[in-house]
Amino acid sequence: MKKVFERTKGLTEIPMRYCPGCGHGVVHRLVAEVLEELDVLDRSVAIAPVGCSVFADEYFNCDAIQGPHGRGPAIATGIKRVKPECIVFSYQGDGDLASIGMAETIHAANRAENITIIFINNAIYGMTGGQMAPTTLLGMRSTTSPHGRTVEANGYPFKMCELLATLEGAVYLERCSVHTPANVLKCRKAIKKAFTYQIERRGFTMVEIISQCPTDWEMTPLNAIEFVKTKMIPYFPLGVIKSPEKKESPKSKEELVNA
Amino acid sequence: MGERKLMKGNEAIAEGAVRAGCRFFAGYPITPQNEIPEYMSWRLPQVGGTFIQAESEVAAINMLFGATACGTRTMTSSSSPGISLKQEGISYCAGARLPIFYANVVRGGPGLGNIAPAQSDYYQATRGGGHGDYRVYVMAPGSVTEMANFPRRCYEVGFKYRIPTMILADGLLGQMMEPVEFDFEPIDPAALPEYDWTLGVRNGRPRRRVKSYDLAPGKMEEFNFQLEKIYEEIAAKETLCETQFCEDADLILTGYGSAARVCKSAVAMARKAGLKVGLIRPITVWPFPKKIFAEAAEKTKKFLVVEMSLGQYIDDVQLSILGKARIELHKRPAGGIPTAEEVFELVKKMLGGV
Repeated sequence: MKKVFERTKGLTEIPMRYCPGCGHGVVHRLVAEVLEELDVLDRSVAIAPVGCSVFADEYFNCDAIQGPHGRGPAIATGIKRVKPECIVFSYQGDGDLASIGMAETIHAANRAENITIIFINNAIYGMTGGQMAPTTLLGMRSTTSPHGRTVEANGYPFKMCELLATLEGAVYLERCSVHTPANVLKCRKAIKKAFTYQIERRGFTMVEIISQCPTDWEMTPLNAIEFVKTKMIPYFPLGVIKSPEKKESPKSKEELVNA
Repeated sequence: MGERKLMKGNEAIAEGAVRAGCRFFAGYPITPQNEIPEYMSWRLPQVGGTFIQAESEVAAINMLFGATACGTRTMTSSSSPGISLKQEGISYCAGARLPIFYANVVRGGPGLGNIAPAQSDYYQATRGGGHGDYRVYVMAPGSVTEMANFPRRCYEVGFKYRIPTMILADGLLGQMMEPVEFDFEPIDPAALPEYDWTLGVRNGRPRRRVKSYDLAPGKMEEFNFQLEKIYEEIAAKETLCETQFCEDADLILTGYGSAARVCKSAVAMARKAGLKVGLIRPITVWPFPKKIFAEAAEKTKKFLVVEMSLGQYIDDVQLSILGKARIELHKRPAGGIPTAEEVFELVKKMLGGV
């Protein structure tokens, strides 16, 4: 019989420990498929963060390193500078990338480090049990914003793609989601573009993926998908924020501010 | 080799690291160690290496974490507050068994303190420094020539046992100039052996992981005991110490680094005055030369400890001597530099007012 589909070689056989309805597993597979398709698994190095995806070094079927919370972009810098022939990517959540690791993220982008970041934005600290994240929406409840996030107490959720788009060194920034099959396919394309640009040594690339966390959002998986659609995406608009193919950002500054 | 060159301590340590095969440096400005990153910024590109001025000490140590995981001989340097910031990353490197190499050109503390020479980071250096049960191989140079030659030994010990190594210097050693003589030929990193733990292009080999975590029950405890064995082996084989005139000594002066230089001068003054004074200078402060102290304390019953801190180094002396001799302390913290004269006066007092 002709085999028409099989598990990607980019993932190991180790079963993932993610909760039902979580987006991490889907994104892991997309990254793994892309690395396999681009035929770079043999020279890829994955950096696992601290957070729910801390075990990513077990799942990706390539060399991998697990480092301190938020320091993925700095670790990636060290690896890429001494092994420029390697494809280096840092897989990070919102707390890791936009809170404790904000400086490393911005500076790696600004240095135009030729690395890729896969940024999972689910607006919550998952691993530690649902605390407020730098991307938690206004009014959204968490274990450390029990009455909902307020501007007075916590300020605004970070829009990381838009923030990084101001930096010359960041060449490709796209925001995707994995809440519908069509969006999953778009996300795969974005991930492939990011890695392709890295292979072409174009500079810093990042794909932000709006993901769902039914467990810490305290929702059913279906309600979590609905939340992505009705709450997350309106605040975090999907699409290409910056691309080397279009010199200018696709949106005007006013549009970005008001988005 | 053989050639003598006048160098500043900080430059000597940087040149020593490059000659020992260092090809990656990441650091952040802080006085009194700025000559190290400045030197590396032009020197490393000459040998095909990479210099990065990092956005912070935290980023710098994590850049080393990545570059060392690929098997590169790396270096970072800082001074006290900056080394505090690096401690998380150093702990991760100890846990992931990565032989990073760094230098602490110690200044006065606590807090921002001052930029004067001090030895107040002794506990931090010799007790691991960050979180978790780990140790760092700590060399304490006492001259600019030693600043130049110790990086090579740090790389050798670090890569042999897969542990972080460091040079514990101070602002005095970093800033002063002395003639330097290298005791080794420049090392070509390409000629070094390949390791079975480094990340990079696989060429078909099984994938490798570098990590410092293990959540499986009992596994971390097992790993800690493995580390302990390695530390015991290092203590048995890699401890270094210098002694002078201990055989007939009525009193032994002891200190490390800059304080040991002062002790040496005081020993010379004492011997000239006919006093039987010896010296013990640990060259590695972890592992500590406990045995040498213990043996000396069998014969010599008076010890004078000289340190540029409030009584940190003396702890290791006491733990080695275990009450077998009387120990006194001369301390000058946070920029106070003891003079040979004041130490000699104390020696005379301890020996009965000669």
